[in-house]
Amino acid sequence: MIEREYDIVIVGSGAGGGTVAQELGKLVADGRRVLLLEQGARLADHEFSGKELDMSDALYEEGGGFLTADGTMTLAFGRIYGGSTVVYTGTSLIAPRRVIERWNVPGLEHADVERRSRRYMAENNVHLLPNEELNDNNRLFASGAAAAGFRAEQFPLNLRGCRGSSLCNLGCPNAAKMGTHRVQLPAAERLGVEVVTRAEAVRIEDRVVVAQVRPRRSGEKGSSSEWPPGTYHIRAGMVVCAGGAVGTSALLLRSGFARVVPRLGDGFTCHPAHILVAEHTSAITNDVGHPKSFFIDRAEAEGFVLETCMYFPFVTAKNLTGFGPPHSALMRAFPRLQMILVLACDRAVPGNRVAVNRAGRPVVHYRFTDEVIESLVRATRASARIFFAAGALRVHAPTANPELIERARMHDLETLIDERHFQSGRISISAAHLMGGCAMGRDARDSVTDSRGRVHGVPWLRVADSSLFPNALEINPYVTVMALADRTAQAVQADAGELLGGRVTLTTA
Amino acid sequence: MNDVAGRAALPGGGGDHGDARFRAIATAVVPEAAKLTEDEWGAAAAIIARAVASRPRAMRRQLGVFIRALDLLSLVRRGRSFSSLRQSERSELLEWLGASPLLALRRGVWGVRTLAFMGYYARAEAAKAIGYQASADGWTARRDASASR
Repeated sequence: MIEREYDIVIVGSGAGGGTVAQELGKLVADGRRVLLLEQGARLADHEFSGKELDMSDALYEEGGGFLTADGTMTLAFGRIYGGSTVVYTGTSLIAPRRVIERWNVPGLEHADVERRSRRYMAENNVHLLPNEELNDNNRLFASGAAAAGFRAEQFPLNLRGCRGSSLCNLGCPNAAKMGTHRVQLPAAERLGVEVVTRAEAVRIEDRVVVAQVRPRRSGEKGSSSEWPPGTYHIRAGMVVCAGGAVGTSALLLRSGFARVVPRLGDGFTCHPAHILVAEHTSAITNDVGHPKSFFIDRAEAEGFVLETCMYFPFVTAKNLTGFGPPHSALMRAFPRLQMILVLACDRAVPGNRVAVNRAGRPVVHYRFTDEVIESLVRATRASARIFFAAGALRVHAPTANPELIERARMHDLETLIDERHFQSGRISISAAHLMGGCAMGRDARDSVTDSRGRVHGVPWLRVADSSLFPNALEINPYVTVMALADRTAQAVQADAGELLGGRVTLTTA
Repeated sequence: MNDVAGRAALPGGGGDHGDARFRAIATAVVPEAAKLTEDEWGAAAAIIARAVASRPRAMRRQLGVFIRALDLLSLVRRGRSFSSLRQSERSELLEWLGASPLLALRRGVWGVRTLAFMGYYARAEAAKAIGYQASADGWTARRDASASR
C-alpha cells in the first residue's frame, strides 16, 4: 500500500468532477493540494479514430454494454478522462423551472441553477448550429414535426470547430466538443490540480480514499497512468465524489455509508430510450453533420422527449427489433434512413436503485413502470406521425405489430402501436441520462446530501454529479450537473477553512 | 479465453463444434453472414469472442447456458441440433424464443443476436456494404466524394 496525502481528493472527471476540479484549482494558489482520480484513461487526440468498436471499448464502461440487473436495458456512461462529456453529443439545456420546483430541495432555487448553467454554457461555447450545417436527418425531423403539429426546438451545442463527422458518441475525432476534457480539466491542471488516470477509487474510509492504479495493457488506447500501478492509501481532508449516478452510488455503498445515509442508492432514474427509424425513397444526409440538432419537449404534457439521432452500423442493427431478412433489408437501406430517439421521462420509484454485488461492483435494478411504457408508446406514435409527415415510406417501431408500418397504414398508428407490444428483453432499450442514488434533500431520512452536495452527517464527504438529482430532470442533464457541481465546489471552498485548517480564499460563483 | 486450437472462444463452447454452433446462430440473425469467407468469419468471430471475454463472468455463463439450451430445445422440437436445422427452422425457433413469456429466453435471444450483429456490422466491410460513409472529415469528405462522382 502506497501512502499519499492531499487536502482534497475528487473522484471522477466528467461534468461534475471536471467542474469541481476547475473551481477548487483556485485553492492551489493558497497552498492546498488537490488531486483528481479518474478510472479511465487519457487519450491523445489522434487516438479518437471514430471506429465503432475501438472507441466504444476505449470510452465506455463495459464498452457501452453495461446492463441492468435483469438484463432489459443497456446503460451507457463514459469511463475516460472527461467522463461522459467525451461521448455525448454536446446538447446543452438549462433545467426546467418546473422540475427544480418539483424537486423541492431546501436551498435549491431555479434562478441559481440557471445563472450557473449560463456561465458554463458561455465557457463551453454553447451556440446554435447555423442552418447550412444541418443535415437532412435533422431537417426532415424539423419539417415533419411542423407538418404533424409539433414544435421542434434546436439544441444549443457546446462545439468549437465542428466538421460534421457525426461521430460525437464515439468521441469527437476533431477535438470540437467542449467537454470537461477540453475545457475544465486542462484549466484545472494549469492551476495545479493533479490528475491521475487509470485510478479507480475502490473505497472511502474516514478521510481516506483507497485507490487502485491499473497498468496500461498492451494495445490499449491512452497513455499510462501518471502514477505507478499499485494500491494507494490517500489521506484527504475532504473527498468529493463525482463518479456519476452509478459510480458514486456504488463507491459509497461499498464503503459502508448506507449506515449513515440509508437512502443511498435509491431514486435511480435514467430517461429510458429507444431508437426509431424510417425509410425514405432516396438517400439523405444522415451519417454526416451533427447528429442531434433538434428536439421536441413533451415531458410536461405527455411524459416524453423526442430527439434527432444517428447511430453507427452495429448500434443501429442492435436497436432494430428482430433479425433475419427483414432486418437486413432495413440495414441495407442505411443511406435512406431517418432516426429519432424517444425518451421517457421516468419517475423515482421504490425498487429502481443502484446497489452493489458481493464483489462491490455496481448493480442497477430497474423496472419499467406502466407510466414509462405508456410514455414510450405515445412517443413512438408521435415519432411515426413525424416520419410520415416528412415523407417516409415505412417506419420501424419496436412497440408496433407489425414492427414495420407501411405508409399505406399511416392512419392506423393508434391501433398498430400499443403498450401490449412492449416486451422487455425483446426490445432494445438504452439510457444515457443516469440520475439519482445520492439525492439532495432535507436530511438523512429523505436523502443523502443537502442542496450543496454535503453528505448528511459526514461533513468531509461531498457529492458533485447527477447522482444528486432527486428525480428525473426531463432534459439532457449535462449543464445541470455542472451547475450543481459548481454549488458543491463553492461549499467546499466555504467549508475548507474549518475542515482543512489555515487560510482559504473564497471565490464567488 | 482461447480454445484448444488457440482461437478466441465463442460463447457456448470453443472448438469446431462451438464455432459451427455460433455460426449457425449468426447466419440466422444476419443471413449475409453465410457468405463470409473463412477469414471474414474469423474476423467476425474474433470481435464476438473479444466482446464476450470483456463482459462479467455471470453474463458469459448465462450466454453459454442459453446457447446450449438452444441446441437442447432444437433436439426436442425438431429432433436435430440447432446447427443441423434449415435456415428457416433456425429463424422460427429463435423467433419463438424471442417472443417467449419467459424473460430469460427473450434475453437469451437478445444477447446472441446482439453478438451476431456486433461481429457482422462492426467490420468495416459490412459498414461499407450498407452504404455507411461517416468520416472524421465530415462535410469536407462528403463534398469531395460528391465532386469525384
